[in-house]
Amino acid sequence: MSRAVVQLQHITKTYDGLAAVDDLSLEVFAGEFLTLLGPSGCGKTTILRLIAGFEAPDRGDIRIDDVRVNALPPNRRDVNTVFQSYALFPHMNVFDNVAFGLKLKGLQRNAVAERVRDVLEMVQLGGMETRRVTQLSGGQQQRVAFARAVVNEPLVLLLDEPLSALDYRLRKEMQLELKRLHRQLGITFIFVTHDQEEAITMSDRIIVMNQGRVEQSGSPKQIYEEPANLFVARFVGEINTFDGSVEAAGADWLTVRIHGTDFRLVNKRGFRSGDPVKVLLRPEDLQIQKTEPADGKPSLAGAVEELIYKGSTVDVIVRLTDGKPVYVTEFFNENAAYIFYERGQKVWLRWIDRWEVVLPDA
Amino acid sequence: MRDRSLFRRLVIGVVFFWITVFVFFPNLLVVITSFLKRDPIRFVENAFTLESYVNLFDPVFFQIFIKSFKNALVATLVCLVMSYPFAYLLCRVPRRMRRYLLVLVIIPFWTSSLIRTYALVILLKGNGILNTLLLATGVIHQPLQILYTEGAVFCGLVYTLLPFMILPLYAAIEKLDPLLVEAAYDLGAGRVHVFTQVILPLTLPGIIAGCILVFLPALGLFYIPDLLGGAKSMLLGNFIRDQFLTARNWPFGAAASVILTMVMGVMLYAYYRSLKRFNASVME
Repeated sequence: MSRAVVQLQHITKTYDGLAAVDDLSLEVFAGEFLTLLGPSGCGKTTILRLIAGFEAPDRGDIRIDDVRVNALPPNRRDVNTVFQSYALFPHMNVFDNVAFGLKLKGLQRNAVAERVRDVLEMVQLGGMETRRVTQLSGGQQQRVAFARAVVNEPLVLLLDEPLSALDYRLRKEMQLELKRLHRQLGITFIFVTHDQEEAITMSDRIIVMNQGRVEQSGSPKQIYEEPANLFVARFVGEINTFDGSVEAAGADWLTVRIHGTDFRLVNKRGFRSGDPVKVLLRPEDLQIQKTEPADGKPSLAGAVEELIYKGSTVDVIVRLTDGKPVYVTEFFNENAAYIFYERGQKVWLRWIDRWEVVLPDA
Repeated sequence: MRDRSLFRRLVIGVVFFWITVFVFFPNLLVVITSFLKRDPIRFVENAFTLESYVNLFDPVFFQIFIKSFKNALVATLVCLVMSYPFAYLLCRVPRRMRRYLLVLVIIPFWTSSLIRTYALVILLKGNGILNTLLLATGVIHQPLQILYTEGAVFCGLVYTLLPFMILPLYAAIEKLDPLLVEAAYDLGAGRVHVFTQVILPLTLPGIIAGCILVFLPALGLFYIPDLLGGAKSMLLGNFIRDQFLTARNWPFGAAASVILTMVMGVMLYAYYRSLKRFNASVME
């Protein structure tokens, strides 16, 4: 594991007695693309502001490059921020915006001009030096904001929901662009977003936050496939939640009764007989069968309620016999060139062994 | 639709009438008068002359001009230096507190400034409140001569004109996005650079507006030098008034007044130009 460039140690920050960040610790490693993901008000932006130096923690230490920086003002920290609203200086042109930090460092005019030109080239704004920033499109402003921050070659780049103001298409484009720039620059990125899809697309590691605490830290795959708790499971992607109870359990197996049917599942968390549990299944992990399975393996019976055509997939809402709606996503492929169900058609649901997640019912 | 256009014409018509009758014609009369000959009995004689304008360059009067401009300039700068930090803090205090502080700035407008100037006389005069207080507390043993000094005139000008500086500055600073200040710090700027490179240029329209609102009255508020400066300090405003009421030289007074109007015109034009350039850079 590489070196930690930013360390937060038991950070607490309260506003008007409410904890925005609550005894939170985390480490950011050199060169990684780390995303802080969570709903609005979960404290992710506060963390960014604490690292940038705009806020001071009530308790705990912030270390950048192994130096405690609690008392260091923002202008003396080796981090730069890309703001959500870009915060470009409206009275300056593109060149002066990007050159702002370099000029303060006392670089020679020629060196400044060269660096600015290189960075603008990199973000595909070559030749735009003399444009007024107010005349640029949203995407171009975004690029200027990015260039203005990375031209200083900070140790860490902080990105505060930088893509949220862009339209869907441009956002997709900028996601890939940011990933490319991250690889190219080798700078550590700390990216804040409430968009789980964006987080999964871009990050090396995701930290899911809620109410000022870390809910889970892991790779996008871990976060999506092995959510540590119900909050993460529900926040990241669509998921079906089934109430169940453990009927019997062994060291590595357990039998859970879901809606009156017993399923034999893997026991990863040491559940014991009688424990109430939640069984979680992604819509794409569920399979629809048009006839009752003859192999005797358990399934959930229901009826098709709604079909939603999504282009590359079809979403099916199945209402179980006891009334619970379940979301199933089916993909078109060579085995299913078209997917068709009648509304009201009786179907049976099952899933591939081990693809379920079993969590304690909190 | 027809009603609205009728209403619009009516409103514009009333304002147009008002400005024509009470602003345009009187000023036209002043301009015409400035080109006429002086007549001791009928005030003016119907004969064209540039005499009044030539007389303005007489060293005695020219000095009044220079001194008047200098005083107005100093008063404006003092107002600016005092108002900027206040206006800046005003934008940073909690909203509730801001309301109270703004009311404090506006309260003086509720009383005529002439009456407030008399109040200053009571404060500053030899046996006035300030001297009595200083004597009683033993800070001084002889009453200070404050009234009828140039200091008292500045005091009066600054006191009267301060709100005219604070309000436009407040309006400009309030519009400044705090994120821009944070961005400047984030990029490595210290306090001085943040101020000179971000805050100051972005609040420039407010500074210019405030300076115009203070500078022009500071040239013309004749009763303040009269009451607080005694007969000693002659300013442009006093000079114009004296030409009309005491010296009875209407053309001369009118010429001085025209010059004052022209100065104002030039300043407003400069403001308009700077604002246009600023907007071009900020809005587009």
